[in-house]
Parts: sequence; structure tokens; C-alpha cells
Amino acid sequence: MKIIVNAKPHEVSASDLQSALQELGFASSAVATALNGTFVARSQRAEVQLAAGDCLEVLAPMQGG
Amino acid sequence: MRVYGTEITSRLLLGTAQYPSPAVLAEAVKSSGTEIITVSLRRETADGSGTAFWQELQKTGCRILPNTAGCHSAQEAVTTARMARELFDTPWIKLEVIGHSDTLQPDVFGLVEAARVLSGEGFQVFPYTTDDLVVGEKLLEAGCEVLMPWGAPIGSGQGLRNPDALRAMRAHFPGVQMIVDAGIGRPSDAAQAMELGMDAVLLNTAVAKAGDPAGMARAMALAVEAGRAGFAADPMERRDMAVPSTPVLGMAEFS
Repeated sequence: MKIIVNAKPHEVSASDLQSALQELGFASSAVATALNGTFVARSQRAEVQLAAGDCLEVLAPMQGG
Repeated sequence: MRVYGTEITSRLLLGTAQYPSPAVLAEAVKSSGTEIITVSLRRETADGSGTAFWQELQKTGCRILPNTAGCHSAQEAVTTARMARELFDTPWIKLEVIGHSDTLQPDVFGLVEAARVLSGEGFQVFPYTTDDLVVGEKLLEAGCEVLMPWGAPIGSGQGLRNPDALRAMRAHFPGVQMIVDAGIGRPSDAAQAMELGMDAVLLNTAVAKAGDPAGMARAMALAVEAGRAGFAADPMERRDMAVPSTPVLGMAEFS
């Protein structure tokens, strides 16, 4: 199915968030996730099911003031 | 000083953005003596640059104060804060809700709203606010124990645009930890903030964009320390007219 990851379309075969992150190459990354504007905790990722058109934000530490 | 129950020695907080290189950032952090550095959250790239940055940050040994920079609504800021808490494993959040894209002025209505939600969820909120007393009161009512009034617009380096307002805040909130955040350009600005009785100063651009960031970090640390010592030593009152400092009594007469 097609989902939007960090504003870009991606095709994923995984149906849950945890597997999708692995598929997208974020398995070993220090990232936090939000699905359709709502924070999804690391512990909930395996339970959260994805649907076509979902918007996923994958954020990481960045320089800031 | 104590912030949310944590004792910190250095009264200088440092941002991590805009340095010429990670090595220069690390050097500046070290020479500033800071114990608290601010960081942000952005979309992770395929090359894992954010993850690499995080590993560098952990080497500094500093406490991390994540921010919600760039958020323009309470809801965005709340979601970002929740993500930051998980990523950095800290309840601290430097809460920014930006209301105006030119001045980066805080949207104080959204700020209070987000502060209330986050405090209710156990966050320890450091709100980036204006120097408005009423907003300060609302933030304290919302659960904040720290206030971070601006000195001048973010990144402007203008120094304290309204020292009288900061002085009024200091007088109005005597027991509240207050950190001047944004607008500091030079060491004298930092010293002035501390002389007003502010508890600490948070700055980024003034160090990152200096010709010698590590040198400026050191200068800022000294200024903060000098300003604080000056405040603690109870400065004299200003006078309108000259008053001779050398005794007049015992002057010779030559005519």
C-alpha cells in the first residue's frame, strides 16, 4: 500500500507501524513517530495498523536553539 | 540554581544549531562550561544523520533540553513534545509556539494551552515567552516552574530590548526561575540580564555565529558569572549628579 512518509510517498508491504519502519530502513535509528498527527510510542508501534494514505512522520534529533 | 529539582552550576544554557561543524560545536560546549544544551527534532533522512548527531550529543555529558522550535500551534507543539520525551528520555521541554513568522514572537495563547496539557502529562515545561506579566502568571498557573522571557527576537542579537519589563518580571515573580532566552548578541547583553537578577541565560546564535565560537562561549560564560556576582553583590543606586569619591575634607587651600 502507499503511505506518506515524511511528506514523500512510499510503497510498503508491512501492515503495522513497527514492520513498516524496518522496511523503510529506520530499524536501528533513534527516531520518534507520529501517525496522522498523533504521537505513537515505541511500545505501541507493533499494534498500530497502517492504512493506505496514512501520513507518517519519523523524527530524529537535530541541531536546535 | 535548581530547575525542576535538578541542581545545576552553570547559568549558561547553549543551543546546538548553526555551528560550522560538529567539532566546533563540541569545542564551544566544552569551553562554555554549560550543563544544558538545547536540541530539536526534524525528519530523519535515509542516511541516519539525526541518529549520528544524537550519538555526538551524548558524548558531551550535558543534559538535553529538547525544543518545539518551528511549531505554530499548541497541538503541533504538544505532539512534538511527546516525541521528544521518548527520543531524549527526559520530561524537560523547551516549549515554543511561534505566533509570527517574521519576529518569531511566541503565540502566548497557544503557549499557555500547550503548557497546561504538557504539565498535566508530567512534562517539566520551560516556556519561551514574552516579557508580559499576565502571560507569566498564566504559565505558572498552567504548571510551569520556570519562565523563559525573550530578550529580543530569536537570532537577532539585539540584546535586551526591554530591560524595564524584565526587571518588572523579576520583581513580580521573585521565587520563579527565570532564564532569558533569545536575543543575546554579546557578552555585555548576557551580563546585563544576569545583573537584572535573571537566573540564567540561554543563547545559541551569538556563539555559533561568532568568528571564534569557542572563544565567544568562554566570554559568555565569564559574562554570565560576572553579571550574577554583580547582582548578588547588590549594586549601588544610580545618581543624577556627580558625587566626589575622594573626600573633600582636608583639602589644601592654595589661594
